[in-house]
Amino acid sequence: MSDEFKIEIVNPEKSFLSKEDVNEVVVPAFEGEMGILKDHITIISFLKPGIITIQAKSGEEKYYVEDGIIEFKNNTLSILTSYILNLKDIEKNKLQELLKNAEEESNKPEISDQLKYLADQKVETIKSIN
Amino acid sequence: MASLDDLKKRITSVKSTQKITKAMKMVAAAKLKRAQDSAEKGRPYSEKMNNIILNLSSGISDKETAPKLLSGSGKEQVHLCVVLTSDRGLCGGFNSNIIKKAKSYFAKLNKEGKELKIITVGSKGNDQLKRVYGNKIIENISFKNSKNTNYFDAEKVGKIIIEKFQKEEFDICTIFYNQFKNVITQIPQAQQIIPLNTKSDDQNNSEDSYEFEPDEDEILSNLLPKNISTQIFKAMLENSASEQGARMSAMDNATRNAGEMVDKLTIEYNRSRQAAITKELIEIISGAESL
Repeated sequence: MSDEFKIEIVNPEKSFLSKEDVNEVVVPAFEGEMGILKDHITIISFLKPGIITIQAKSGEEKYYVEDGIIEFKNNTLSILTSYILNLKDIEKNKLQELLKNAEEESNKPEISDQLKYLADQKVETIKSIN
Repeated sequence: MASLDDLKKRITSVKSTQKITKAMKMVAAAKLKRAQDSAEKGRPYSEKMNNIILNLSSGISDKETAPKLLSGSGKEQVHLCVVLTSDRGLCGGFNSNIIKKAKSYFAKLNKEGKELKIITVGSKGNDQLKRVYGNKIIENISFKNSKNTNYFDAEKVGKIIIEKFQKEEFDICTIFYNQFKNVITQIPQAQQIIPLNTKSDDQNNSEDSYEFEPDEDEILSNLLPKNISTQIFKAMLENSASEQGARMSAMDNATRNAGEMVDKLTIEYNRSRQAAITKELIEIISGAESL
């Protein structure tokens, strides 16, 4: 009981997910994957494209995100993201479309290094889902 | 006095107008519900975003190195005003209220000798502003084709603004939109988004020591552009709820006025019909009398 905490995922349109029985969350933070357990120090960080893994009592869930900010405070993890998809209901052709967009973006000639890095991350993540 | 036929025609035409306004009111009411819902659902995101930024900016020690989006460019000469209006008309004073608010702000800027640049979002605002401020409008964005307010549209606007800021085309950015209070009342708002106003909420200065990864500056410079899109998105949501509310009450009024008009015309119609009958009777009687 005692090592559970709360997670809230919101995107601009709505509150995407809210769970109270989470044991561990792994997020793709900007400087590497970060695992968060209960009583983690208060932290603010932001995400790069990747997979969020939520280990909850009710089972494991995986989400694909393109960006976001996380804040952990008082045993509540808030994730703000503009684009999030549940891996379970992702469709094959949607994935192809995302991949195509990401590849196009990373192959743009005038792209800055940081954006290029993010786009490459996106491509890699999507490929790993496939 | 108009002839009976003319009156009849007018009554039918007013009645069919009434049908249209009534239908529009129903549609607006249904859309209002949806717009309100999405405005409500969008609130947690912008609130959380605001909180995080407040926490971050209070933690920033050196104002000098703070990102420009937060601290401003150090000047106040060029103002960029983003006026958010609707793409459709027939919504009462909705658009005019925003324009009025914006125009009074523009006049103030003019008096102070500041330079003005305008971006209009929504075609109605552009129509109303281009007569007087046509040469100041640097961009006109319209989302006629998107069905619902969505974040990607807001992001597009945000990106344009940030790009222009980075090219140092302006120093201060203000957005104008209608805040939804209730169906009858919408309050035109002017909100400054660049530089960000962080002084507003100082109540929870509880010195939460956050760990930052990477450091504050980097997070902030990543977060602030997103915050701009978020603020614009929030404004767009409020606006769309307001638009539907305004349209609903405008159409309600129109329906009621049409009803009154039909009543008046019907009375007039009956009266002239009666007059015609009386006249005919008198003619018959006086004709019979003379025999």
